[in-house]
Amino acid sequence: MLQQALALIARDIALARRQGGGLGAAFGFILSVMVLIPLAIGPDQILLSKLAPGMMWLALLLSVLLTADRMFQQDFEDGSLDVMAMGKLPFEVVTLAKALAHWITVSLPLAIITPPLGLLMSLDVSQLPILFVSMIAGSLALSLLAAIGGAVTAGLRRGGLLVSLLVLPLYVPVLIFGVAASSANMGPSGSTPALIVLCAITLMSLVISPWACAAALKAYLR
Amino acid sequence: MQQFANPARFLKIANILLPYIWAITAILFAVGLYGALVTTPPDYQQGETVRIMYVHVPAAWLGLFVYCLMGFFSAVAFIYRHPLADAAAKTAAPLGAVFCFLALVTGSFWGKPMWGTWWAWGDARLTSMFILLLFYLGYMAVWNSIDEPTRAAAIARIVALVGVVNVFVVKFSVNWWNSLHQGPSVIKMGGPAIDKSMLWALLTMAVAYTMLFLALHLVSLRSEIASRKLRQARLVEIGNR
Amino acid sequence: MADNIWSSMPTPLRLKAENLSCERGGRLVFQNLSFGLSAGELVELRGPNGAGKSSLLRLLAGLNSTSSGSLTLEGGDAETTLAEQSHYIGHAEANKPALTVRENLTFWQKFLGGDENPKAFSAFNLEALADDQALLLSAGQKRRLALTRLVIAYRPLWLLDEPTVGLDAASLLILQDHIRDHLNNGGIVIAATHAELGVKSARSIQLGQPV
Repeated sequence: MLQQALALIARDIALARRQGGGLGAAFGFILSVMVLIPLAIGPDQILLSKLAPGMMWLALLLSVLLTADRMFQQDFEDGSLDVMAMGKLPFEVVTLAKALAHWITVSLPLAIITPPLGLLMSLDVSQLPILFVSMIAGSLALSLLAAIGGAVTAGLRRGGLLVSLLVLPLYVPVLIFGVAASSANMGPSGSTPALIVLCAITLMSLVISPWACAAALKAYLR
Repeated sequence: MQQFANPARFLKIANILLPYIWAITAILFAVGLYGALVTTPPDYQQGETVRIMYVHVPAAWLGLFVYCLMGFFSAVAFIYRHPLADAAAKTAAPLGAVFCFLALVTGSFWGKPMWGTWWAWGDARLTSMFILLLFYLGYMAVWNSIDEPTRAAAIARIVALVGVVNVFVVKFSVNWWNSLHQGPSVIKMGGPAIDKSMLWALLTMAVAYTMLFLALHLVSLRSEIASRKLRQARLVEIGNR
Repeated sequence: MADNIWSSMPTPLRLKAENLSCERGGRLVFQNLSFGLSAGELVELRGPNGAGKSSLLRLLAGLNSTSSGSLTLEGGDAETTLAEQSHYIGHAEANKPALTVRENLTFWQKFLGGDENPKAFSAFNLEALADDQALLLSAGQKRRLALTRLVIAYRPLWLLDEPTVGLDAASLLILQDHIRDHLNNGGIVIAATHAELGVKSARSIQLGQPV
């Protein structure tokens, strides 16, 4: 079973590299956001550096969301999902494998690329390590929750807006605790407990996401 | 449970009960509003504006309760696959969303004298209610986006079940976020506690709202069943041609 | 993976379907469908478009569900479902355009648990195209790529939806050979087709007008 799941993840990674579009577009999106925010708020460096962690998280969320509706769509349309649903590998493992591949190819790279961009917003350099940690810690949950949105809209032609409406409320806890985990305050209401909750949310998503994705996709396969 | 599952039977029972439910609703609202507007005392801090609480708080309770009810119907639909459960969840959603919206609007009116603005994110309950409204809208959008009813029902069930769990995670997160940003001062509408003299009117209004929801839900369910029958009949007609 | 356990089974395969019915979009496509198939049998599904041929195949593949009746496979692996013991080749070919022919087949081989057997890749004469991306293939070649799945991993039950579409005469002969071999080894083939497959005199199940 592990071999089959790994084969699926490897295939999705190869496809992501071969076809492109996902990570590249998302990265371009984050760069654009990094320009637009200071334009909207003004060049006040103190204000920008205060807003930086929150804005970075928002940019990360939205750019992962951009790639969500494509997660299952191609496999659904070309019939691959049919064959995968018939195999010995439980369908929940199939959807989890695809979500993991998405994490490896999109969310994790974005979580690593985004923090340095915070310097564009006068982010305090001493905050960089914590920002890295919190974003990487939250990135898996972002992929898992985006997968739910992708699965629910897999058979819809123009599911983009619906995906956002469904996934953004699910992202609220990740956003809240992700930003809190990026704060310089290490005390009881600071970054460490928030990081722990972020991990708890990730674990919860690891349970809910495969179940929800498999159920939703089966409804479309019918 | 099985007795109510048959649509025709359900319609019969609903038709019998509805007039009584409307009557009870009217009475409860009369009593509750009289209490809210006349007999209960004004708050010594907020004065007469506290009376908005009698409209706002039950609406907020219902907003959350109806979503949980939707989750319950969706769970039943998931296990038993009965279309009536799906219809019950589908028709409950717009009603719950309206209660949610009502809570947000009345909350805004209530808070304005205290906050000085039309909205303060510092009220954790209002913020959570806002996100709850998004959960409702997402669920309703699913029904709207998928043409084929069986498939729409299957997807909607999952969205509702995922939503129900996440509503509580969101509530927890927003409360935490609020306490993080609040510091010592607590923005809490209605002050720290509700006086006993106000409680009975509040509870009466809450029950009145619930009865109102029940009445509207049954009406909505009736028309949903009727439109499904119509669609079925139309499909058979097309098939026979 | 022990994918040849079927060939050492004492009881020959037997597929039994009783009172199957299928609904699509609220419309009853067929009902009270019953049939039995034994090892080595080829069945051709006939009927006009919309009669439910694809729906029946998808039902057997476990992708649709039946609202009544039962489906059993005797003599197969008792631990696995019918779907897990089937190959389903539908209208959509399940090929990834960005991957090469070899990469597509290697993936399916790993996923479907077939034995390492590069020779199986040339089952439909695609060796010359092994390192070409699937998006460059013609329609017929894409279909052959999909059909190669039948050979890279063994499944006793083959569910084919219009397998001959887009195949030239030479490829059709190859398909017939593979089907013949499969049947001789005790497998079962159910194919939806408008024309005769030409493998042997096959039973046919007629799906009538939609209800």
